Amino acid sequence: MAAAKASAVKRTAPQGDGAAEDDVVVEATTARASSSSAQSPAPARIDVRKTYKLFIGGAFPRSESGRTYEVTTATGSFAANAAQGSRKDAREAVVAARAAQPGWAGATAYNRGQVLYRVAELLEGRREQFVAEVSAGEGLSTDAAHAVVSDAVDRWVWYAGWTDKVAQVAGSANPVAGPYFNISAPEPTGVVALLAPQQSSLLGLVSVLAPALVTGNAVVLVSSERRPLPAITLAEVLATSDVPKGVVNVLTGRTAEIAPHLAGHMDVNAIDLTGAVGADGVTWGELEAIAADNVKRVLRPELDEAEEDWTRSPGLRRVLAFTETKTVWHPKGV
Amino acid sequence: MPSFEYAPAPESRAVVDIASSYGLFIDGEFTEPVDGSTFKTVNPATEEVLAEVSEAGQADIDRAVAAARRAHTEVWGPMPGRERAKYLFRIARLLAERSREFAVLETLDNGKPIRESRDVDVPTAAAHFFYYAGWADKLDHAGYGPNPRPHGVAAQVIPWNFPLLMLAWKIAPALAAGNTVVLKPAETTPLSALLFADLLLQADLPPGVVNIVTGARETGSMLVTHRGVDKIAFTGSTAVGKRIARELAGTRKHATLELGGKAANIVFDDAPVDQAIEGIVNGIYFNQGQVCCAGSRLLVQESVAEEVVERLKSRLGTLRLGDPMDKNTDVGAINSPQQLERITRLADAGTAEGATRWTAACEIPATGYWFAPTVFTDVSAAHQIAREEIFGPVLSVMTFRTPQEAVAKANNTPYGLSAGVWTEKGSRILWMADQLRAGVVWANTFNRFDPTSPFGGYKESGHGREGGRHGLAPYLIEGAH
Repeated sequence: MAAAKASAVKRTAPQGDGAAEDDVVVEATTARASSSSAQSPAPARIDVRKTYKLFIGGAFPRSESGRTYEVTTATGSFAANAAQGSRKDAREAVVAARAAQPGWAGATAYNRGQVLYRVAELLEGRREQFVAEVSAGEGLSTDAAHAVVSDAVDRWVWYAGWTDKVAQVAGSANPVAGPYFNISAPEPTGVVALLAPQQSSLLGLVSVLAPALVTGNAVVLVSSERRPLPAITLAEVLATSDVPKGVVNVLTGRTAEIAPHLAGHMDVNAIDLTGAVGADGVTWGELEAIAADNVKRVLRPELDEAEEDWTRSPGLRRVLAFTETKTVWHPKGV
Repeated sequence: MPSFEYAPAPESRAVVDIASSYGLFIDGEFTEPVDGSTFKTVNPATEEVLAEVSEAGQADIDRAVAAARRAHTEVWGPMPGRERAKYLFRIARLLAERSREFAVLETLDNGKPIRESRDVDVPTAAAHFFYYAGWADKLDHAGYGPNPRPHGVAAQVIPWNFPLLMLAWKIAPALAAGNTVVLKPAETTPLSALLFADLLLQADLPPGVVNIVTGARETGSMLVTHRGVDKIAFTGSTAVGKRIARELAGTRKHATLELGGKAANIVFDDAPVDQAIEGIVNGIYFNQGQVCCAGSRLLVQESVAEEVVERLKSRLGTLRLGDPMDKNTDVGAINSPQQLERITRLADAGTAEGATRWTAACEIPATGYWFAPTVFTDVSAAHQIAREEIFGPVLSVMTFRTPQEAVAKANNTPYGLSAGVWTEKGSRILWMADQLRAGVVWANTFNRFDPTSPFGGYKESGHGREGGRHGLAPYLIEGAH
């Protein structure tokens, strides 16, 4: 039964663009028909089914397209409805990110560290919800899902502590051959688009989001297409945290539909293509080619066919991928 | 300002032997191109043909890449860092010893004043090799993990504005990190790279570690798209940089791109004016303005704009344009007729769009490619001369009232390579340096370069850094902990 449902969902997937809305209708109908058994008696209490929205500029708007799509669990039963973000939503998110970026980068590194650390506290507070979402979405046992949530919280804490250390590790005082003061330090690249991993819906998500925030970038994150709930819940966490509105914007929907617009957006400075692996209807190479239009910084997926092992201890690679080294000269003299 | 007559003081060109024709430098020897194609390189100051140079085709690129691969696998890759270092030190020493030869050749082929090639290009190139030589056996300490590895074969394409210096910026870190190299110098300035090949023979560098293939854009394209190369480093126009980025999309090859610029040089009302004038002149007229980080947009605080522009014009009146081989020459020749045409076209667009044009009164020699130092005032941010990289001795002057306005105007460009700030106020310098979206900020100075100092752009000025510890990163694959 479960396998049949899974393939029913999959069938609509490869039809990349264009008729996206129709696909979803088909998909939703198929999923619903197979998940509600006509013979079973009505339950004592009817669920309050959730329809989630996007997270843009600190608010939770519907997709301007009005579209939603059904999110199912790993076993194919109904989980929630999510907004199916559009090109226009992506553009709104970039505007929000651009507006928020200077303030976030201008905060002291100590302050960014505190704000990010508090996010970890809030994540921990929502543990049960994340466990339920990860367990249902990724098909993990409760214990395994707990371990994932623990890793995700720990990873967030780890990155939070980097805010006031990156410049010391990645910067340098340069002993030039002349009477000049000369110093190099990393700065945030600006607005970064992140394609969150398709499979690892929380640990992977945190592993791509947190490092981009450390130095003061603002981000537009495209969640996992089929497992968006941890990203949505994380958006709710961020909305009640001290992260300024617009610093993180979360779009749910079809990666293949949204990603090319972000890759080609002239006011996006960098893009993390991690989530292009395993996304239907788009490859990271296509997106990288589009990203060349304004010489975007591109973080390629580590592997072509699979996701990297998110439990591995990360280095500074993802932090530094979204920084620029600035070097300042000044003469010395009396 | 009084003007002085100077007697000519030409550098002797006898110190360098220029062959009538050059082959390609592949696998440690000069060889003829497979299809025998050649092109000529001329002295832009006299239009005299200096030499006939080989044009590498696909078969030649294949040979060069194969030689580099073999050298990487068999010799340079396995060689301990301390041994690689000694070769690089040797190269640095030889460059210093043969500096006059290189300076003269550079000036003849490029058109830049001998004063600049002698005092900047050649010594900085030698210093670059000396600096990276010391890194070759210290890569574990560079911050890229334990035992960082080289990519393998690096394909490097360099521009004509600083031919030898750009060669050094490319080759020195690549070799220090353990890569081997196929380098293509620019079509109009191949000679110093070919002399460098001769120097490599003198240094006994193992064959294939560095290969020099000459040619035009097509040769460069063959090289960067060659399946056998692992790493691409390109310095040149943003348009070509974007093309390279597109071509590499979806591959596992990494590129370092050092592209165009349209730098703002910002002068506040409390700036030390005499120094600022020298900085403005150095910023845009150094190397005839053919510099990607040139301070081509002068932003002057409104209250001092008139004074600064007057003093600038007066200073420009003392610049000596002419024979690049003359040690008194300040402004040399434009590198090629194509570049002269571009500068002329963009300057004419400035006039046509309504900016006020002023040109230094100087005699233009009858032969060669020349463009007198030019200043545009009444420039608006929308004008082509305020937006496009001219790559010539043309300055666009705009004004501002507040530091915030200066920042907004300075950052209002898709480029982000460099910026200049002139003010006596320390806190303002540091605030401005934070706000400017540029890879290099020169405060109360301009156009300074040093092997230890990272250089490279934000935004469409490219990515990756050259120079310093940061300049090793593009040539290394991080080691695992």
